[in-house]
Amino acid sequence: MSSIAEMAATRRTAEGRRRWLLKAPALATIVIASVGPLAVMLVYSVMAKGAFGGVALGHFSLDGWTNVFVERDPFDDTLVLADANLIIFWRSIKLALVATLATLLIGFPTAYYIATRPEQVRSQWMLLITIPFWTNLLIRTFAIMGLLSNQGPVNNILIWAGLIDKPMQMLFTDGAVLLGLVYVYLPLMVLPIYASLERMDFNLVEAGYDLYATRSKVLWHIVIPSCKPGLIAGSILVFIPAIGAYVTPRVLGGGKNMMMGNLIELQFGQGRNWPLGAALSICLLVIVTVALIIYIRGSSGKENAHGG
Amino acid sequence: MRSILTALTSAMLLAAASSAALAEEELSLYNWGNYTSPELLEKFKKETGIKVTVTDYDSNDTALSKVRAGGSGFDMVVPSANFVPIWIKEGLLLESRPDQMPNFKNVDERWVNVSWDPGRHYSVPWQWGMTGPVVATSVYKGDINTSAIWLDPPQELKGKINVVPEKNDVLYAAIRYVGGTWCTGDKALLKKVRDKLLEAKKSWVSMDYGIEKMDSRDTLAQLYYNGAAFRARQVNADIKLGFPKEGYSLFMDSVAILADAPHPDNAKKFLNFIMAPENAALISNFATYANGIKGSTQFMRDDIKAAPELNIPAEYIAAGGWQEVCPAEVDELYTRIWTDLMK
Amino acid sequence: MAASQHAFDLKAQPGFSIIARLAIVALYLPILILVVFAFNATSSLGVWGGFSFDWFVKAWHNDLIINAALFSLFLATVAGVLATVMATMAAIAMTRTDAYRGQLVSYALINQPLIVPEIVTAISLLIVFAAVKSATGYSGTGYLVLAHTAFCIPFAYLPIRARLEGMDLTLETAAADLYADPWKAFLHVTLPRLAPGIVAGFMLAFVISLDDVVITDLVKSGGQETLPTYMLGQIRRDMTPEVNAAATMLLVPSILLVTAVHLINRKK
Repeated sequence: MSSIAEMAATRRTAEGRRRWLLKAPALATIVIASVGPLAVMLVYSVMAKGAFGGVALGHFSLDGWTNVFVERDPFDDTLVLADANLIIFWRSIKLALVATLATLLIGFPTAYYIATRPEQVRSQWMLLITIPFWTNLLIRTFAIMGLLSNQGPVNNILIWAGLIDKPMQMLFTDGAVLLGLVYVYLPLMVLPIYASLERMDFNLVEAGYDLYATRSKVLWHIVIPSCKPGLIAGSILVFIPAIGAYVTPRVLGGGKNMMMGNLIELQFGQGRNWPLGAALSICLLVIVTVALIIYIRGSSGKENAHGG
Repeated sequence: MRSILTALTSAMLLAAASSAALAEEELSLYNWGNYTSPELLEKFKKETGIKVTVTDYDSNDTALSKVRAGGSGFDMVVPSANFVPIWIKEGLLLESRPDQMPNFKNVDERWVNVSWDPGRHYSVPWQWGMTGPVVATSVYKGDINTSAIWLDPPQELKGKINVVPEKNDVLYAAIRYVGGTWCTGDKALLKKVRDKLLEAKKSWVSMDYGIEKMDSRDTLAQLYYNGAAFRARQVNADIKLGFPKEGYSLFMDSVAILADAPHPDNAKKFLNFIMAPENAALISNFATYANGIKGSTQFMRDDIKAAPELNIPAEYIAAGGWQEVCPAEVDELYTRIWTDLMK
Repeated sequence: MAASQHAFDLKAQPGFSIIARLAIVALYLPILILVVFAFNATSSLGVWGGFSFDWFVKAWHNDLIINAALFSLFLATVAGVLATVMATMAAIAMTRTDAYRGQLVSYALINQPLIVPEIVTAISLLIVFAAVKSATGYSGTGYLVLAHTAFCIPFAYLPIRARLEGMDLTLETAAADLYADPWKAFLHVTLPRLAPGIVAGFMLAFVISLDDVVITDLVKSGGQETLPTYMLGQIRRDMTPEVNAAATMLLVPSILLVTAVHLINRKK
């Protein structure tokens, strides 16, 4: 009796060791080249700033953090709310949320349509979705810039169709940034939704028609609940990179419509305020983490309710 | 025993020397994107056998942060005049004494005793130019020799103006426009500068790089660089560059060797090489800015030789000025104004 | 088309097929524009000025572009392979087991690069790697490989894990009895069935590496220009269709490669 328990225990430890060995390279790489360096941000955020950028190591200061929320007016020395930072925070959250919603509204029907094709056709559709990935993202963003340009194809078509009589300013607007974000992250929404739809049992749908008469009710009560993990995964995969986006707002926003990624870069670059840049980076991380927790809570909570 | 030791040591020395000789064949230049003539590098390789690799940066601040962080592995960098003193002060540059190199005699006297590197102990002229209003004159027919083009924009240009996102170029022109001098710490005046910029920003469509947006008419006026204005005029003949009477800033980018350069000797050869007129002309032919080397004009493309953008008319020369490095507290104020504007 | 034989397709939803088709068109429109303007006679990326091959000739003779493109491919291949191998190992260790202590932490760690915005990682890496570079004097491609591998791991991990979770355990239990050596069991039973997931994981990792610009720009040393960082450097100067031409030349072999992989996978 006890010897069997012992054997099981040794087997479990051997198993545990094997697991650790298998995981070690991936975890070590991520700790060295992704998690670890973030500690630098924490340290830098509580240092005084250096003369031409950088920080004065060893000189502690909380200026970086207070500057996130309030700043001293350079001309009359009064403390004022750092509303510009807050506006950019808000714009980033807003744009990321709208981009997530838009990719969801486009991505879900697309994934559903693909998942309901016959198997041969399905894989061809997936191939079509993934090929654009193989062209460099930056150059596709430049192509969108050309597309939205005053003399670009979109304006020309609108004028030709008689919808407008002179070119509309589309480039360098929040709308252009939003369009860029939706374009860039759409495949990240389609892929996970498709993956969970593919595993779905479509007999449920057929059965659903006995229960609910209409297509929309079947969609709402049967399809959406069963591919919820995919919807959640897709939303996370879109929201998180969108809120920290740097390249898209830089190219399509024309430098005037900044998002947090650009604000952070500005502080580390021409702003020469590294502690503030580090503090802003940590704020961005906190926002992302909070969003993640809300997502996870929201999803697991409802699933439990279902199960119970 | 001793002989074996000697043999071993000499073998090791030989190996070290030969690997050093192999390593001598290359050179790493860290330069602005699309700023280095491929023809120049080919010619340099043909003459010296040294292969130059180019790596791009897109702002003075990026280049400075990267090199200052350490271990960059680059040999040479091309900072703008107003950044050179920072590079020197931070101990990032090698005192390579270009002034003692054979080809230094070709450097125009104007560019020898420059404030950012007096006597040229560190750096060699790469290219120089100015920042001014670039205007589609078929749309706006008024005076373009003024910063009012982008600071008090005429109705025709409103909403179609791009301003280059370079702190010093923008602030320099704005301070001169409001009546101040560069490096002023006068808070009343700087407040006026900030308010003027924030007010004018409402009429701007973007603060971005890219003169090609003049080609597509996404912008009708820009605060931009003269060499780019020249290229824009090649596409649309109505595009003209103004030289603001209120004052405009000149710039010069200079090549210098890094203190931790892996191949300082090759880099010295390169500095000497680009001070030869026929080689300096290759730089200008590619990037369309003037260089600082006497006698290089005869080797230049004809359209560049005659370009009004690159040869500042005599009556406008006096209004041009340099961005000296300002005292730290003034620079801090400027940075604040700039970040307020960028947000 | 089997579905259309039914009078009433139960699975269909109104409007979904139009949205799906439009989504595909939207995904390809910028690529079409990009390819079209690679043949532009003028230097504009948005205004058509006649047909010409000039930009292809220019790009082909521009060593900087060619070297950057080759280095991009090299980096994406090395980082992609490393990330896929590591992700496969981790996925095998972390799926199809009962919950155990530390599992959640490992899972969070694997996915961490997905969560941190690129610009934040990039600046942290600049600071840390620079310190290592000055301390060791080594400024080779190792840093870029390490950085790329790290942020590629979660992308490689996703499809591999999904595939593993969908796999039936009985066959492997049988294999474990059959082969005394677990390595052999893995090689002959698990690996072949896992292959589609591994291929998908590698391709995703490869593409993610190929697209990266922010981290690469701040980590790169001399001679380590990738195509994206090269193009970022162009922003300050004039954007010309030269990069379009380079991208178009890269597009053709990639489409062929992806399609080939797709066909091979389908045969399996």
